[in-house]
Amino acid sequence: MNIGRIKAVAEKEWLEIVRDRVFFALVFIVPMVMMVLLGYGLSLDVEKIPFTIVDYDKTATSRDYAYRFIGSRYFHFLGYTRHERQLDRMLTANQIRAAIIIPPDFEKNRVAGRAVSVQTLMDGTFPYRAQTTKGYVIAINSAASMEGLASLVSKKKGIPLHRAADLLRPITLQTRYLYNQSMISIWSLAPKLIMLVLIASSPFFTALGVVREKETGSIYNIYVSTVSRAEFLLGKLSPYIAVSSVNALVLFFFANVVFGAPFKGNFFVFLASTLVYVICTTGMGLLASVFVKTQTAAMLVTAVTTLIPSVLYSGVLIPIPSLTQSAQIFAHFLPAMYYTNIVMSCFMKGVGFAYFWKDLVILAIYAAVLMTLGYLFFHKRTHS
Amino acid sequence: MKLIGENTLTWFRRLHALTVKEIIQLMRDGILIVFIVYTFTADIYLASSGVSLQLKEAAVYFLDHDKSAMSRELISRFKAPDFRIIAEAEHESDSNRLLDSGDAMVFFDIPPSFQKSLISGAKTSIQMQVDTTNSVLGFLASSYAEQISGTFGLETAIKRLGLTGGSMVNVPVINGQHRVWFNPNQNDAWFMGISELLTIITLLAIVLPAAAMVREKERGTVEQLLVSPLSPFQIMFPKVISMTAVILIGALFSIIFILKGVFHIPIQGSLFLFLSVTTLYVFTTAGLGLLISTLARNMAQMGMMTIFIFIPMLFLSGAWTPPEAMPLWMKVFMYISPLHYYIDTGFAIFLKGAGLDLLWTQILSMTVLGSIIFGTGMARFRQQFGN
Repeated sequence: MNIGRIKAVAEKEWLEIVRDRVFFALVFIVPMVMMVLLGYGLSLDVEKIPFTIVDYDKTATSRDYAYRFIGSRYFHFLGYTRHERQLDRMLTANQIRAAIIIPPDFEKNRVAGRAVSVQTLMDGTFPYRAQTTKGYVIAINSAASMEGLASLVSKKKGIPLHRAADLLRPITLQTRYLYNQSMISIWSLAPKLIMLVLIASSPFFTALGVVREKETGSIYNIYVSTVSRAEFLLGKLSPYIAVSSVNALVLFFFANVVFGAPFKGNFFVFLASTLVYVICTTGMGLLASVFVKTQTAAMLVTAVTTLIPSVLYSGVLIPIPSLTQSAQIFAHFLPAMYYTNIVMSCFMKGVGFAYFWKDLVILAIYAAVLMTLGYLFFHKRTHS
Repeated sequence: MKLIGENTLTWFRRLHALTVKEIIQLMRDGILIVFIVYTFTADIYLASSGVSLQLKEAAVYFLDHDKSAMSRELISRFKAPDFRIIAEAEHESDSNRLLDSGDAMVFFDIPPSFQKSLISGAKTSIQMQVDTTNSVLGFLASSYAEQISGTFGLETAIKRLGLTGGSMVNVPVINGQHRVWFNPNQNDAWFMGISELLTIITLLAIVLPAAAMVREKERGTVEQLLVSPLSPFQIMFPKVISMTAVILIGALFSIIFILKGVFHIPIQGSLFLFLSVTTLYVFTTAGLGLLISTLARNMAQMGMMTIFIFIPMLFLSGAWTPPEAMPLWMKVFMYISPLHYYIDTGFAIFLKGAGLDLLWTQILSMTVLGSIIFGTGMARFRQQFGN
């Protein structure tokens, strides 16, 4: 190992990055813009569900009931529909996602104190959305039932309405939402975006940087030089690690200051973990690049092995416990999950180092393994 | 007349020659082929089999200070498929440890005089703590718990008040009957499989033609093509044709063997219509890739530009994020993304059995967008290399 040679390679790589002005700008702009776009746009909240109502009763009571849905912020009313035959077409054409069908004699049955059935149709294309919609409908229906019951009780027992309602609701559930007390999605999202944006960008430019030399043939300069394999890789990767670390800081600023996600952990522990994670992502790029010959392949291989799995198995869109067994095993082979644990612990939970030191150790082992594999598979002698 | 005929023939022959060249070039990159096959098979398999977004047996710990029949009855209602009672905690201070470590998702605490209050008609309250690190599941867990305790409270109240003989049959309630269409069993694999296929198609449709183009630029072979009697269109278009062919074959393979074969996802609509829409979409997206390739001078730039466009497109297309809940300015981004229309039509054809009569507006929007993108890419390419 010769520090001078490592420095020379690093300097060469750095100049190559800086002199390609467009690339240099993109390396910093892309993560930032991605963070802003996803931070403001990526919301899994199910709200303003477009829906219609078929009202066969057309009475004051049925309209009152319909208004519970129309007035809710979870639903977006698109007007009444005459007949349920039309619903099929509307659901298929993506115009509505739900429909409420109020039966005839709704008012008559309600006034007589009998139970009524109200049918709800839901678009099940995205099961999670259908499930949430169902939850809203159930909540609205049970509120309506409660009022009906309360008026019955107040009539029969001769007590005021609010007292009757109280009697029917003897248990209050006092819920404390831990770690994200206001349930604002952005607070749980923003820290995870740090993880996502880093893994979406840094393996890419690392892989392309290494393969570029192979494809253009400039790697032969290295093959015939006195630079050893380890020196070359260290020198080659260090500028990319530096760039990604700067990006990580910028992303932290966005998550914490712009999106306001509270940071409760130890900043230095967070920084150290982030550095290990950045080395992992860079190492993934390196490993992808030693196997392929062309930059096209490098791009596709990094996309398929890092980007797409990180979207699915890192816990951004889908929580890890919701993954099935095979996918969980897969998730455990990716660094994203461990870093997500660390980030979430530092941001939301503010729990101590004791809770995530294992994740950090695994990440460090991961980084070491990636770098070793990259080193072992990178040869100065060509095979053919 | 004959002259024109021959010219046209030559034109097509050139197009054909270049298309063959592109396919040969692609086939020679062994690792690339391996990965294309992987994306259309194993990757889609993993994505479809790997996810269940329902609240599945959320871990519940409780603390029962009452130890009465009623408290036990309430606890027993936290059951599968939504919840799973793990154990009774020993002490209140356990809650922090259990929730911090992620062993418990829900922790509730039943007060000492729970049964006594319910029988006497007094109010009582249960403390519940929910881990909302994942706000989606946190929301589901708390709303289900609310429902369980609410129903339980209502039933005991009705019994106590002696209304309708304590039965729940003839009381003025509203019974919701819910019918979920298009995926009645709420099978997540259907959603995941289709959306992963559409994602893979998008990724390949951007990367492959653009990379083929940038490679020529970077290596300088584009100069050779330019001095040949080929028009810019004849240089560019074969890349799109060849990659579209590869993507269509992959998609068909994946639909037949993975989506239908393994996961039994029904294809309610016409497969032919889906493939036609896919062809249209791949052309559109390839146009986007070619536009990138005219902006990028080398692969590294192209790579960055690709993820710059791909990631937001993927996340904000309306597949994961309900479009109706998006802020207005974000909707604008969504409406100019061809993927949004593709996802709508894709799901509609697969699961809803929609035909051209319902989907023509979406397909038209996609075509218009595609023509604009493709045209711009073409114009820029002409400007850069044209004669």
